[in-house]
Amino acid sequence: MSGGVDSSTVAAMLRAEGHNVVGLTMQLWNQRRLAGHEGMPEAVPGRCCSLDDVYDARRVAETIGIPYYVVNHEERFEREVVRPFVEQYLSGRTPIPCSLCNNHLKFDQLLIVARQIGADALATGHYARVEFDEGLGRWLLKRPTDRSKDQTYFLFGLTQAQLSRTLFPLGGMTKPEVRQLAQQHGLALAQKPDSQEICFVPGGDYKKFLDAYLAEQGESLPDTAGELVTTGGEVVGEHGGIHNFTVGQRKGLGVATGSPLYVIQIKGDARQVVVGNQEELYTRTLRVHRTNLIAVEELRVPMRATVKIRHRHEGASALIENSGDDEILVSFDEPQRAVTPGQAAVFYDRDVVIGGGWIA
Amino acid sequence: MGRLTRKSTCPSSAGSGNKGTPGFKLNLRDRRVLLLTYGVKYSIAMRRVYLDNNATTPVLPEVFEAMQAYFGERFGNASSIHHYGQETRAAVERARESVAALLGCRASEIVFTSGGTEADNLAIFGLAKPGQHVISSTIEHHAVLNSCKHLEASGCEVTYVPVNGQGQVNPDDVRRAVRPNTQLVSIMMANNETGVLQPVEEIGMIAGEADVYFHTDAVQAAGKTAIDVERIGCDLLSISGHKMNAPQGVGALYVRKGTSLRPMLFGGSHERSRRAGTENVPGIVALAKAAELAREAFARGDLEQMSRLRDRLEQAILSEVESTDVNGKGAPRVPNTSSIHFDCIEGEALVIALDLKGLAVSTGAACSSGAIEPSHVLTAMGMSPERARGSLRFSLGKQNMPEDIEFALSLIPPTVTRLRELSPIYNKKDAVSS
Repeated sequence: MSGGVDSSTVAAMLRAEGHNVVGLTMQLWNQRRLAGHEGMPEAVPGRCCSLDDVYDARRVAETIGIPYYVVNHEERFEREVVRPFVEQYLSGRTPIPCSLCNNHLKFDQLLIVARQIGADALATGHYARVEFDEGLGRWLLKRPTDRSKDQTYFLFGLTQAQLSRTLFPLGGMTKPEVRQLAQQHGLALAQKPDSQEICFVPGGDYKKFLDAYLAEQGESLPDTAGELVTTGGEVVGEHGGIHNFTVGQRKGLGVATGSPLYVIQIKGDARQVVVGNQEELYTRTLRVHRTNLIAVEELRVPMRATVKIRHRHEGASALIENSGDDEILVSFDEPQRAVTPGQAAVFYDRDVVIGGGWIA
Repeated sequence: MGRLTRKSTCPSSAGSGNKGTPGFKLNLRDRRVLLLTYGVKYSIAMRRVYLDNNATTPVLPEVFEAMQAYFGERFGNASSIHHYGQETRAAVERARESVAALLGCRASEIVFTSGGTEADNLAIFGLAKPGQHVISSTIEHHAVLNSCKHLEASGCEVTYVPVNGQGQVNPDDVRRAVRPNTQLVSIMMANNETGVLQPVEEIGMIAGEADVYFHTDAVQAAGKTAIDVERIGCDLLSISGHKMNAPQGVGALYVRKGTSLRPMLFGGSHERSRRAGTENVPGIVALAKAAELAREAFARGDLEQMSRLRDRLEQAILSEVESTDVNGKGAPRVPNTSSIHFDCIEGEALVIALDLKGLAVSTGAACSSGAIEPSHVLTAMGMSPERARGSLRFSLGKQNMPEDIEFALSLIPPTVTRLRELSPIYNKKDAVSS
């Protein structure tokens, strides 16, 4: 229970259906740690783990009449989500902390705690569906009815064991329907706005976060200043640090040529940011590491799939095949724009999530 | 030292845990079945047992009864000249006598406050000034520790005397810490997490010889063990109503005659100008009644009975659950408290699991729940963070019966077993560092 409309409505729904429900909020990040650091806003309500959110969740629990607890996993969150987030940016990748949080905290740590306290399953407010397919003998993760809220991209890491104990009651509902249901259940937060950004980066400015976090840790931002080069290797300028860039970025390059330049690649070791024109942004293949397969046990033969390379990517038709130890090669029918290392590639067969992994 | 020094390996795993079981096929279309199963669960009221009396205690019926008149009938401001004031003034002063009798001091030496925290603050800020030195300990309640931290930020120096593995301060460390500019020693009488009693009489003697003020936070001792301020040799002593069957919101500070204490609250000249603010008459009357009842309980030998119940709980847990032991084992303790570590589990999860079954306990001080740091008290006793986080505090109260203990014992072993089976730490072969 994050204090948001989705998880609150789930709690209310399940309680109304007669289930024995317990509400849990994970305290994952202390908003006050970096508040007030140069550039960082004061602790903002409405960001995950703010006091207001816990208060809201607690009020909902009280309204619907379920026991409610806050469990503290700040240490694990920092170790398995925040630190990797920082390290990824510093090595020129664009991380997705939400997937890491799902894999390590929400569906691992929290699921363990849930089972330890006697629960049979964990229900969340994610827009997704989970079903057991008798024919395949496997738990399937599927896209929700409300495609605009589809969060399956962040859930590609879920295992069979985790899926067997997870409920996504909102999978068949639209957001407006959820709000309406919240209203019906008398939840005061029925109209509370959704939080859109990374929960531990209030305001969305990840650069300020990196500065503030490293300062707090007594570390200085490593100097990764270096050259801007073309794909041909020609030096066309300088940059002040690789963490300022992401693949596909056009602004902030500080180089004026005739036509627009885009970040094509970030070479962390060489501290180089490779820039090029729009065409050079398109690639046909990518490699995926640390894969997790859901709908199938393994990729014995190459398979056709719709592959998303970003949350807001439409998904494109491709062939996926095993290409080595824990590696899958994705070959798109059409070249795709701005394939970004650090992001996830998630494979779909219509609305079934086949699996996914991290873009190398 | 027996079990405390035994290598702390986690008990061997019997079950396979949750490795890839297809398990539970809850389909929301089966809700009709669920409604039956869980609907029944809901209709049965759950038995609840409260074993967290160090967090707070219920107000005893006689105490509640004693307060009643002072809400609607005898409601006067105790400082008013008229009849209404006279009656409540009399009640306050009678109450003062009762509390003084509990502590073995004069009535004029009692200052009523809003609770233990205020009493601790008043003692510390009322005596220490920038430039002075204060001696405290590493295991104090946050009301004392954070007051000391504030003193440090305002130009005082504070020495925090350590404790040994059993949680006790060494009086010699206190003696050695005294300096020419030491103004105050503040060391608690009984620790809230472990129940361990400190050698306050020796500390009192040392403070006396060194001519420094001695304050002791007796919040967790009052009502659980006899207190005599002359025997202890303290100059100030804090107690709290809600730890001894009076309501939240009232406490007292014993201030030895002749102590020049600066007030923290300014206003009227209440409490001999030591603590301004209209007296909380119902609360004060309640505190006094609770103090009287405590003395009667001592005389009746009730504390021995409580001690037996605590020992029964403790010994049964230690013998039925593997890899457990008492924190502060061997040290003198108040009769109601048992702090036990359960290796290889998270105390937080165990508290929740037990609460869902009707047993209320805690992982340590109530005010630090949800905090990222493991208990500073257990850490000060040399415990590893893992072991500190796997510790639970059981604290009995006057209302606990033998059946309550048996209820707790029926829940604790199977719950710990389940937690261990599902714990990834438990399933590893490596030993948890001690």
